[in-house]
Amino acid sequence: MSTETALFSIQNLTKHFPVKKSGVFNNQKALVKAVDGISLDIAEGETVGIVGESGCGKTTAGRSFLKLIEPTSGKIIYKGEDITNLKPGKMRPLRAELQIIFQDPYSALNPRQTIGNIISAPFEIQGITPDGGVKKEVQRLMERVGLNPEHFNRYPHEFSGGQRQRIGIARAIALKPKFVVADEPVSALDVSIQAQVINLLEDLKREDGITIVFIAHDLSVVQHISDRVVVMYLGKIMEISDSNNLYSAPRHPYTKALLSAVPQADPHIERTRERIILSGDLPSPMNPPSGCVFSTRCWKAQDICHSKTPEMVQVGQSQVACHFPE
Amino acid sequence: MTSLLEISNLRVSFPTDDGDVHAVDNLSLTLNAGETVAIVGESGSGKTVTSLSVMGLHNPRSTKLSGSIKIPDGDQVIDVVNDDAEKVRNMRGRVMSMIFQDPMSSLHPYFRIGKQLAEAYLVHNPGKKEEARKRTVEMLDLVGIPEPAKRAKDYPHQFSGGMRQRVMIAMALMNTPRVLIADEPTTALDVTVQAQILTLMQGIQKEFNMGILLITHDLGVVAAIADRVSVMYAGNIVEQGSADDIFYRPMAPYTVGLLNSVPKITYGEKQRLQSIAGQPPSLINLPSGCAFSPRCTYIENAPAGSCAATLPDLVGVSSSHVSRCHIPESDRPQVFSHVAGGK
Ligand SMILES: Nc1ncnc2c1ncn2[C@@H]1O[C@H](COP(=O)(O)OP(=O)(O)O)[C@@H](O)[C@H]1O
Ligand SMILES: Nc1ncnc2c1ncn2[C@@H]1O[C@H](COP(=O)(O)OP(=O)(O)O)[C@@H](O)[C@H]1O
Ligand code: SF4
Ligand SMILES: [Mg+2]
Ligand SMILES: [Mg+2]
Repeated sequence: MSTETALFSIQNLTKHFPVKKSGVFNNQKALVKAVDGISLDIAEGETVGIVGESGCGKTTAGRSFLKLIEPTSGKIIYKGEDITNLKPGKMRPLRAELQIIFQDPYSALNPRQTIGNIISAPFEIQGITPDGGVKKEVQRLMERVGLNPEHFNRYPHEFSGGQRQRIGIARAIALKPKFVVADEPVSALDVSIQAQVINLLEDLKREDGITIVFIAHDLSVVQHISDRVVVMYLGKIMEISDSNNLYSAPRHPYTKALLSAVPQADPHIERTRERIILSGDLPSPMNPPSGCVFSTRCWKAQDICHSKTPEMVQVGQSQVACHFPE
Repeated sequence: MTSLLEISNLRVSFPTDDGDVHAVDNLSLTLNAGETVAIVGESGSGKTVTSLSVMGLHNPRSTKLSGSIKIPDGDQVIDVVNDDAEKVRNMRGRVMSMIFQDPMSSLHPYFRIGKQLAEAYLVHNPGKKEEARKRTVEMLDLVGIPEPAKRAKDYPHQFSGGMRQRVMIAMALMNTPRVLIADEPTTALDVTVQAQILTLMQGIQKEFNMGILLITHDLGVVAAIADRVSVMYAGNIVEQGSADDIFYRPMAPYTVGLLNSVPKITYGEKQRLQSIAGQPPSLINLPSGCAFSPRCTYIENAPAGSCAATLPDLVGVSSSHVSRCHIPESDRPQVFSHVAGGK
């Protein structure tokens, strides 16, 4: 796929947060390189997963895609139009098509509003009256996501974590979006409930053709739901892989380490697996290693890895940023 | 007593204004030297209540406890439920230790970690300051803290999450306990750090021939390190067996449901996950009969009406693999034949 045919495309996107460094010299300024030059083309109807350990920039990336935070540099292209610098007024009509689902089913919903009000808010904000009226549409949405429509007047605290996540999903799909960023939507849920919500997202994708960016730290979940998987480390993309090939043919050493670390619910696999144990801690995004950001922990690293940033290259079914891909 | 820990018919409940919360109902298990026994279940199923009870860390005023928790100490056997608190306190940290999901629940933020580790030793070895100091450095080294003598002078906040977890493990090991209770020890960690900690736990287990009671909701972690597994649902053990029994020959519908809910990184065609409908019950108003019956998809395979009428007993083909279900045992392999990933 190319940028021209993609529904959504980002090019060399960066987000650097200026922070005050407390130290001997006051007012020293430093930059957290939360997202540091990522490029990605997403096709219509595709589910792209973003995986990586905490602090690698997943949330910052997802929010920048939707301009919920302003990127420091780079381009965001939606349906062929550069929306990077669109003013809020011009952005508003697009907001209906670009939605987000948050991780925390507890803090994402206003506790003083009824479920009905929460799910109908998008209609009010956009000034839209759906056919048959707001209430009827909201009840249809509640049914769609597996909530009892009679619970229209209840408050968030009366619902379990899984049900709250469904409320968040109903709100996100109210305006029939084309593109949804789901940031760790199942991470706070127990496995049996997690499976319910994953199935719901898969149904929405299949039936409504929604394009989804699915962010999570759990590689098994990401691999399950995604068509392609993006592996991030310290603000950069290490590998973009066809999800069916990820397990059998990881190309980047970090992907390989990550896969070897995820325990599978299968004792035979676990007994025979070689866990790749990465040495040391994650470097700080304020002071990332030069060259390849993974070079300080990579067992394959050579001199060039410490001096030259690897370009993205195609290897098999993957694009990979490594001087010595598998 | 040949085992390191023997829990028999443990019942734990909390009286509240709305009624008693039945957090643990009739739990029995044993833990042997060199062995890892996992208790797995979803949140609220009674795992932490069980681990705190074993440590004698429950609040005696607000907790109703019955049954027994026997732990041998030298030539005595202490019963955490029925013996007096002083005896239990004397064993805690020496015979049995506990590590938690959040290391800050065992580490004090304002004291150097070396001082805190030494203190854990001195409680059981009064006055032996020099040994305590030596042991501190040894243990920090053992758990993989670089420059242990120097790092002993640091405060908890000067360590990363994974390193702090190591420090907590070092503290739990100060008196070479024979039983380690690990309650969600890697739940807050990233997977690569989790891999480090699991490898570390396996290493120290070998070194000390320790018994580990692993409490977790993560079936992957269970498969990685458990020898035997107890599956809990709403305060009840629904199935107990070897890791292979549980993962490849599950006999309780809830175990089957859990296994089918977990996505697996497999090669090729993906299958739709089979979620468990509904949600866990309130522990104050448990459903009558089998607590899982309102969510169970296999009810029609059991004798009509039995599931809602009585709680099935924990029985099985062998004493090492038991389960709780009204479906005739001989029918179950056929009924559950679609378990994803089954061997
Ligand atoms: N508003 C902010 N100000 C400063 N640093 C931030 C801010 N938001 C995120 N960061 C930092 O950016 C990095 C990436 O964070 P985040 O995108 O939340 O990662 P992830 O979602 O992968 O865990 C982290 O080091 C985080 O501390
Ligand atoms: N001190 C207490 N008073 C009342 N209820 C409690 C108390 N401690 C735990 N519970 C309840 O007991 C149940 C089991 O809790 P817990 O053992 O923490 O579950 P988990 O399996 O998630 O570790 C929960 O419903 C919890 O709310
Ligand atoms: S570029 Fe070098 S350091 Fe980076 S992942 Fe590849 S081999 Fe390792
Ligand atoms: Mg995040
Ligand atoms: Mg718990």
